[in-house]
Amino acid sequence: MKKLSLISVFVVLALLGMTSYLNLGIAPTEATMGDVQRIFYYHVASGWVGMLCFFVNFVASVVYLWKRSPQSDAIAVASAEVGVVFCAVLLVLGTLWARPVWGIWWTWDARLTTTLVLWLIYVAYLVLRRFFAEGQTQVLAAAFAVFGFVDVPIVYMSIRWFRTQHPSPVIGGGPNSGLAPSILYTLLTNVAVFTLMGGLFIFLRYKLQRQEQVLEAAHAELSLRGVAQ
Amino acid sequence: MSSHSASAFAVTRATLLKDLRMEWRSKDAINSMLFFALLVVVIFSFAFNPTAEQSRQIAGGLIWVAFLFAAVVALNQTWARELRNQVLDAYRVSPAPPNALFLAKTIGNFLFVVVLECLMAPLFIVFYELRSVGPLWQLVVIALLGTWALVVNGTFFAALSIRTRNREIMLPLLLFPICIPALLGMVDATTSILTGEASPDFWIKLLAVYDIVFTSVSLLLFERVLNAE
Repeated sequence: MKKLSLISVFVVLALLGMTSYLNLGIAPTEATMGDVQRIFYYHVASGWVGMLCFFVNFVASVVYLWKRSPQSDAIAVASAEVGVVFCAVLLVLGTLWARPVWGIWWTWDARLTTTLVLWLIYVAYLVLRRFFAEGQTQVLAAAFAVFGFVDVPIVYMSIRWFRTQHPSPVIGGGPNSGLAPSILYTLLTNVAVFTLMGGLFIFLRYKLQRQEQVLEAAHAELSLRGVAQ
Repeated sequence: MSSHSASAFAVTRATLLKDLRMEWRSKDAINSMLFFALLVVVIFSFAFNPTAEQSRQIAGGLIWVAFLFAAVVALNQTWARELRNQVLDAYRVSPAPPNALFLAKTIGNFLFVVVLECLMAPLFIVFYELRSVGPLWQLVVIALLGTWALVVNGTFFAALSIRTRNREIMLPLLLFPICIPALLGMVDATTSILTGEASPDFWIKLLAVYDIVFTSVSLLLFERVLNAE
């Protein structure tokens, strides 16, 4: 098992090296924005993985509320943590890209603000998991995860009404949207590799969480028998 | 079925009347909220030092942030007194429906915050020289919908955070990110009525949707939260 994890880490690292070469070397320089547009590949890919993680977190939380299986809770923790990291990468890369292209670091636009609120919600989720007493964490955290996920479309709606600056969806967003094929393929490669990377992170974190759960259960049983301490 | 819903109503009524009577005799929640909101109003006034025209622009934000902060004070006390004599444990083993308890607590908090708003409204008018340009009755609708939005989430998250180690801090950490769209709706709708520059119709609809969605989610999940061990 350990060997498998190690091999998959090396495979993902190799793939990341490959995509970096693709993004920074092979892909054409964009006509109006120049080289800074290359952030786009990382930006979209980490955004995609972050959102995917939050979705996984929601599904795992619902499954936990329904079945009470420790596995689904472990998946929920793992995906929330990985999601917060990728979402943070998304936000930071976004500001780095916005500065040269829009002339500002940040704007309170619908998609930016929604992402920030999403990030805040899942940080609150992680804080909440830290603060609960043993044994109650899982149900309460799962309940909060449902609230957080349900909130996202409402946040988006409200802020879209408030103001909007982010470009409308580039892919499938209307007659003038669309990407040059070489850019599109680079992007898709990045999305695939980042998804693999996110999956690997979740898997490793999941295994760690399962070990913690087994350890906790063992401790609980020992103290029930009066052996511990 | 009919006897079941009748008993649910009886539980809601009994709990609500008990809470109202305790509040009427002690006035703990309303006094602390009032004083807190008053302090926020005074501090904001020093911090921004607005002219009459400016204050009309920022009043929506001031009013609702003050009420949000003040509501947290009352919400934190919601469940604390039920913990003291193991009332929640007793409730857990009784056949009374959990949602009846939740509704009673939510309606109670709703009434407290509405009373607070009625008492604070004249102060806001005096301190910030407010005059409404738009239709005033819509402000009442927004206040009722918005208060319910804050209180229904707040009561639920208060039930989550009583189990944490530092419960007083936990509630705002959970409540603020989730209630961002509701707060945005209340602030923007209030500002557009006070300035008469825009129609608050979208925000009223958004608040109504928010209320329906989160009341449903709360009622769906409260039983699990109450019974989490």
